[in-house]
Amino acid sequence: MENKIETQELKYTAKDFASDQDVRWCPGCGDYSILAQVQRTFPDIGIKKENIVWVSGIGCSSRFPYYMSTYGFHGIHGRAPAIASGLKIAHPELSVWVATGDGDLMSIGGNHFIHTCRKNVDLKILMFNNRIYGLTKGQYSPTSEKGKVTKSTPYGSVDYPFNPTSLALGSDASFVARTIDREPKHMQEMIRKAAEHKGTAFIEIYQNCNIFNDGAYLHLTEKDVKLDNVLTLEHGKPMIYGKERDKGIKLDGFRPISVNLNDGKHSVADLLVHDETDQNSIRAFIIAHMTDHPGLPTPIGIFRRILKPTYDQGITDQINHIIEKKGKGDLEAVLFSGNTWEVK
Amino acid sequence: MAKEIQKKVLDLEEVTVRFAGDSGDGIQLTGSQFSDTTAFVGNDLNTLPDYPAEIRAPAGTLYGVSGFQLHFSSVDIHTPGDTPDVLVAMNPAALKINLKDLKSGGIIIANQDSFDPKNLKLAGFDSNPLEDDSLNGFKVFSVRITSLTTEALKDTPLSNKEITRSKNFFALGLMYWLFNRPLDPTLSWINTKFKKQPDIADANTKALKAGYYFGEQTEIFTARYSVKPAELPAGTYKNISGNEATAIGFVAASQLCGLPLFLGSYPITPASDILHFLSAYKNFGVKTFQAEDEIAGIASAIGAAFGGSLAITTTSGPGLALKTEATGLAVMTELPIVIVDVQRGGPSTGLPTKTEQADLLQAMYGRNGEAPVVVLAASTPSDCFFMAIEASKIALKYMLPVILLTDGYIANGSEPWRIPHVDELPRFEKSYYNNPEDFQPYRRDENLARPWAVPGTPGLEHRIGGLEKANISGNVSYDPDNHDFMCRLRAEKVAKVVNDIPDIVVDGPEKGELLVMGWGGTRGSITEAVTKARKAGLIVSQIHLKYLNPMPKNLGEVLSNFNKILIPELNLGQLATLIRKEFLRDVIQLNKLKGLPFKSAEIQNKISEILGGNNGK
Ligand code: SF4
Repeated sequence: MENKIETQELKYTAKDFASDQDVRWCPGCGDYSILAQVQRTFPDIGIKKENIVWVSGIGCSSRFPYYMSTYGFHGIHGRAPAIASGLKIAHPELSVWVATGDGDLMSIGGNHFIHTCRKNVDLKILMFNNRIYGLTKGQYSPTSEKGKVTKSTPYGSVDYPFNPTSLALGSDASFVARTIDREPKHMQEMIRKAAEHKGTAFIEIYQNCNIFNDGAYLHLTEKDVKLDNVLTLEHGKPMIYGKERDKGIKLDGFRPISVNLNDGKHSVADLLVHDETDQNSIRAFIIAHMTDHPGLPTPIGIFRRILKPTYDQGITDQINHIIEKKGKGDLEAVLFSGNTWEVK
Repeated sequence: MAKEIQKKVLDLEEVTVRFAGDSGDGIQLTGSQFSDTTAFVGNDLNTLPDYPAEIRAPAGTLYGVSGFQLHFSSVDIHTPGDTPDVLVAMNPAALKINLKDLKSGGIIIANQDSFDPKNLKLAGFDSNPLEDDSLNGFKVFSVRITSLTTEALKDTPLSNKEITRSKNFFALGLMYWLFNRPLDPTLSWINTKFKKQPDIADANTKALKAGYYFGEQTEIFTARYSVKPAELPAGTYKNISGNEATAIGFVAASQLCGLPLFLGSYPITPASDILHFLSAYKNFGVKTFQAEDEIAGIASAIGAAFGGSLAITTTSGPGLALKTEATGLAVMTELPIVIVDVQRGGPSTGLPTKTEQADLLQAMYGRNGEAPVVVLAASTPSDCFFMAIEASKIALKYMLPVILLTDGYIANGSEPWRIPHVDELPRFEKSYYNNPEDFQPYRRDENLARPWAVPGTPGLEHRIGGLEKANISGNVSYDPDNHDFMCRLRAEKVAKVVNDIPDIVVDGPEKGELLVMGWGGTRGSITEAVTKARKAGLIVSQIHLKYLNPMPKNLGEVLSNFNKILIPELNLGQLATLIRKEFLRDVIQLNKLKGLPFKSAEIQNKISEILGGNNGK
């Protein structure tokens, strides 16, 4: 099963994907990096500009379509996956992208998200996760850590956050990845891979909101600590991380543990080797659960990338099959079908 | 061998029959088969299925009773009949619930086997009404339907439970005999329906025939009845329900304008049948998306409309409430979608399987901000076909959302329909915009419609959304003057639709004392009431609204020609409110909220009361 979207040599540059609208995010916002990486990557994905559509919901992230010179649809809160699904099903030749945030997609749009993944509608979903409600000025979100002090939780939040990658895997998304606003090269790679993927592609992007949740990801982005806290997943490679690349992830039963490769007891051969194409999602789940887990690095990269028929393709195939079987619909025949009688 | 009995055949002009039994007794199926056969022999007819919200309520209980009423005749009729002439009661509960509606002197056919102590107790009878004299005044025929069915099927390999399930076919066969109808339409239906279960097909066939022959052979029936074909305009007819007509209407609309049809929908009673019907029309390229919820139903339709489809979503009242915000998005993005609301009893979950007309104001106003939409209402089952086409045509021409109201009564009810040929249907053009020269997403044509620039078209890349749009450019705008201007513009666009809708035509004198005005699914009841009132010597005029927003151009003038206006509606006065507001005219209300359509007598009585001894001059 190949990506059916027509691809060809196109001579676009990043600038060709910038719209004439002024970008209105706060200076220093992580969203700028996401926009830049998308604009840098899109010339390479081989899709004509007129065949690309960005759909969004509500929130800072969801202003994204206005800044792209492709077709765009700024929807209503949470509904971007549903609007995008309708568009993609009606018009399968298009490459349909969703820009959304943690509030938009994990809270009000949660239902649409899980069902889009379940159905494997061929959409690319970029979720800007800043772990806060930015546009409504700083309430905690479904990805905020427990105990978060915000305007709506002055004594700290008492609920537990979603892990978006686990949720996507639990909904059987066929492509699940994570990247960070401060890792431009890595992000470009994820976007490219998502563009190539046929099926629901979900990328969680850790994004700093420097106004309401500044520094949420410092431990994953600051030079001196990030290598000890981040595990960059690479297909077919053992899971090694650390400033000195001296640490690795090994399975102890179903439990991932971090081991020291220099302690004389462990070697690279003990480590979990990443297989993003594993049809069985158990290992992807185990990896996803390392997120924010004390003593374990937070994984970025592609957790899962498998191929299975998409919903939109299924609908098209079924229609073609029925037309082949029954012939093209004849309205006159349908009108006059059933138990009819004549009145003279 | 029973002896041949000569039985008289009595001619009747019209008959109302009600089948009633447990919701698991197959009453709806029996009723719809009787309707189809009755349509097939050329009677005019009108039906009222009336069933509980529970799929299989406990057997024998009063709340588990399902009913199907059918009015058929050799003359023009418009309602399912006020009072049944014949009641088929499959158990005591069915008798208990329905007896009060039966015409005095009417016929009761009761399944004697089910009148056992347990069922009698469940139905709240102290003694067996078939044996005491409580049913004096009715013609009661006690028939051992269950045991006669079992007897007829003694050779089948089916289980006892399956055998008793065929008893509704016995009852149907008996009714076919009693009303002189052919068995063929149902026999061929059984053969298609149970093609893969030959034992069941065989059992149902045998039960149907056994019921028919029982009528012929038994001595309890001394006469049978005949209702001659109605004199309908020449043509080819079929019996059609409102939901089926709605579905075919949209398929037709898609063919007539040459655009692909997309339906985004979430199952809801009583609208789901439209989703079922449309899902079967794959060879017309119809794409149906059973969405995860009502909101996704409309949101996906909006996405499909952005992508150039004739996009619709179907629902009932609670679903329309959930679609509110997205409807506003369609208003703001000026995309053509049709929202079908098959109204049911509300508020909240209300009466899911019962009819009502209480969503009119929700359709008119139920959105945040100034968000006018076009509102249409179908008036009969077959009218749903034309209104589906009409709604599509308006949505596409003016690039806006249209709400089409039907209701549970016309959606599930059926009537004979003179089928139109495709070339009699209005063709309408709608093309996508494709000129990249100075393209402006919110520049308008003479109808104030904006260009439909569909993704995939080179050079027309643009962004739309729910934020206020700057006039012409469609860019986001927070400018106060622009917002004021755009709100008025969107309202003006809806108002302009008036140019496409027909003037209202008065039935009866154009001036006078009393005008009866209805809208939507009450047309049949009102027409019948007005007809009867006229027969009784009263002078009364009638109009029926199918365009609620905007209303026909000449409506104000029509109303001004009458001293009194009566508005019967199945709500607490929603059209009355609109008329008062729009025309500063007072009106007389007749309101009913019983989950059932008006009986024509209810309206006729009101007409007589208003005219108060005066004949209307
Ligand atoms: S509020 Fe936060 S997320 Fe929103 S634009 Fe400003 S910095 Fe970015």
